[in-house]
Amino acid sequence: MAIFDRIKTVLGAAAILALCGAAYAKEGQPVPWQLGFQPAASPIMEQIHSFHTYVTIIITLIALFVLGLLVYVMARFNEKRNPNPTRTTHNTPLEIAWTVVPVLILVAIAIPSFRLLFAQYDFPKPDLTITATGNQWYWSYEYPDHGITFDSIMVPEADLKEGQPRLLTVDREVVVPVNKNVIVGLKSNDVIHDWALPAFGVKLDAVPGRLQSTWFRAEREGIYYGQCSELCGRNHAFMPIAVRVVSEAEFADWLAKTKAAASLDDASKMAAAQE
Amino acid sequence: MAHPAHAKAAHHEDHPYGIRRWLFSTNHKDIGTMYLVLAMVGGIVGGLLSIGMRMELMEPGMQIFGNPEMFNVFVTAHGLIMVFFMVMPSTMGGFGNWMVPLMIGAPDMAFPRMNNISFWLVAAALVLLVTSLFMPGPPGTNGVGAGWTVYAPLSTKGTPGPAMDFAILALHLAGASSILGAINFITTIFNMRAPGMTLHKMPLFVWSVLVTAFLLLLSLPVLAGAITMLLTDRNFGTAFFDSAHGGDPLLWQHLFWFFGHPEVYILIIPGFGIVSQIVSTFSKKPVFGYLGMAYAMVAIGVIGFVVWAHHMYAAGINVNTQAYFVFATMVIAVPTGIKIFSWIATMWGGSLNFRTPMLWALGFIFLFTVGGVTGVVLSNAGVDRSLHDTYYVVAHFHYTMSIGAVFSIFGAWYYWSPKMTGYMYSEALGKLHFWLMFIGANLTFFPQHFLGLAGMPRRYADYPDAFVGWNMISSVGAYIGFAGLLVFLFSIAYMFARKERAAANPWGVGATTLEWTLPSPPPFHTWETLPRIK
Repeated sequence: MAIFDRIKTVLGAAAILALCGAAYAKEGQPVPWQLGFQPAASPIMEQIHSFHTYVTIIITLIALFVLGLLVYVMARFNEKRNPNPTRTTHNTPLEIAWTVVPVLILVAIAIPSFRLLFAQYDFPKPDLTITATGNQWYWSYEYPDHGITFDSIMVPEADLKEGQPRLLTVDREVVVPVNKNVIVGLKSNDVIHDWALPAFGVKLDAVPGRLQSTWFRAEREGIYYGQCSELCGRNHAFMPIAVRVVSEAEFADWLAKTKAAASLDDASKMAAAQE
Repeated sequence: MAHPAHAKAAHHEDHPYGIRRWLFSTNHKDIGTMYLVLAMVGGIVGGLLSIGMRMELMEPGMQIFGNPEMFNVFVTAHGLIMVFFMVMPSTMGGFGNWMVPLMIGAPDMAFPRMNNISFWLVAAALVLLVTSLFMPGPPGTNGVGAGWTVYAPLSTKGTPGPAMDFAILALHLAGASSILGAINFITTIFNMRAPGMTLHKMPLFVWSVLVTAFLLLLSLPVLAGAITMLLTDRNFGTAFFDSAHGGDPLLWQHLFWFFGHPEVYILIIPGFGIVSQIVSTFSKKPVFGYLGMAYAMVAIGVIGFVVWAHHMYAAGINVNTQAYFVFATMVIAVPTGIKIFSWIATMWGGSLNFRTPMLWALGFIFLFTVGGVTGVVLSNAGVDRSLHDTYYVVAHFHYTMSIGAVFSIFGAWYYWSPKMTGYMYSEALGKLHFWLMFIGANLTFFPQHFLGLAGMPRRYADYPDAFVGWNMISSVGAYIGFAGLLVFLFSIAYMFARKERAAANPWGVGATTLEWTLPSPPPFHTWETLPRIK
């Protein structure tokens, strides 16, 4: 039975993870039974991590507090233990307390929240600018300062190589240098798409008729995956985003090769046109 | 000199049968019953659609839908049907129609014929929406796959074919129905309360219906305008949302969410009222902090109108605008907290009885708290950057809707069905239903928080293999919840077959509102002599 095979695989994966404690061994993509965010690969995502942890602790305490009150009330004030109900319907100090205390908690959440929000919009001086254009159903990229353009299309399952994740792998990845500020301009040719990269803490809609931008600074080399995050029709689930973060030397190398290939391509096209 | 037949028809003891009783109904109880039947049909169709989605998502790869667009159609229809044809017809149309006149001591609604057209408009709307599933939509598929939010331009250029137009017209009819219903409720509650029933003596369920009616009245015209613009963009060459001709896709989002956010409070506020009635009844205590409870609902309703763009943090709106919406959204947590703590304070010192309606109310309070606190997380634009459009959002709004609104509806059913039908439900089946839904809903939606944090986007027909574990558990939870729905349907059949008579007040001293002073079931016409409230 397929289902039992699946359960077996899943349980096996869980056991392996539990044994070696390597829940987050793979960076830049989700892992089985993951409970939290993907590991941060940019300073903004690090801030999102710590803010989220902070808020999650607060909300967990609140939920447990409410649960505790409910359990206490059910145990202490049930018909058997408390056959004669009181008629209490007011307690002004209590009512003031449960209005004021939540306000204070919200203030304590809001202050770091605003700091995080404004940090996300504090655009640094760009080292590299790229634009990503959403199409149904693939992304096109442009490096305007280097004259490079290409489409990035999902690799179908049958063509995947060993170790390439299904639905995340693309034929041409975006390549960026490590520890550099990358500005991403977003456009769309048809409907709204959304360029999201969980490990970088980046998510922004690509809206037709608008040019919007976001930024990231990847701190570690590797390959990072994201997926389109605004419903865009039939193949919404099949237009992934892949960014390869490389050293500065490798990036320069990649730029040179890609430009050479592009000009070769142009030359052959010109030649073809002249013939 | 009146015609004799006319005189007879106008007589207050008129009790029509057949077509005259149901199709031409002007009786709030019959109309309420028809709304409940419609909501049940909507709930079964919407529930089956969700089972289809969970079957597809149980394993990675495409299982049951050959075409991913078909999955989008299921997502869209599930959302629209559950919002417009399950929750709204049951809370407002069903329990609102049945109970508001009984609870305020009015003989009927203020505009009985308008009440009739409200129902038949929503019935026609459901037919139109279900028809849209079978009309040509995006190339190669039938139905609308643009999500219940129908964002332009996916809903304009992205969805050719008449399916979208059918859905738009369905929403027009459902919206007109709700606006008429809201006018009816507001007029009834303001003008037809029995002598002595001041606004500040009204049961909290009536307060909740009043607040909801105002939200409907103010938000649905905006939806009607927006979808009319969508319709003309699609068919008559306008360009409200078409950037190539000077329009703007973000205009749609602003208009939609100006309606959409109040809409989510329209779904939940009647639930607040229901839970207040149940908690007070089964604690045998009056509601704690009555005025605070009533005005907390008013506050939630008012603030609900100024927070809409928190659905659009990733759309590219200005950072200062985002900061404002973060602040405004957080404020809602305060009146919501007042409600949660007041329910607990109502039980404090009470004499709690754990019959089926109370189980649903208790389940509601805790799980709505869980959905509420994840709402606080999502209100922060900074962290919503990571969570927007992921399963974390799906988990959040199903904790407030699928658990919050639905649990309050089932609680209301077990609480009021003895009154409405005159028969007692089976306590054992009711409790089995509760536990299946409670376990099923938690198993379905709690793991979706993890999926969302790990980055799984919503509205995906297929997902990377790493997400399989929690998806598998989520699907199993959905099947358990569906088993609960089957138990519910069986328990209704069993109730009518068993015919165990319900007393006028089956709940004892805690049930103090007016409907419990009437026989079960109440006669066809009630409060022909107005009750006097001390």
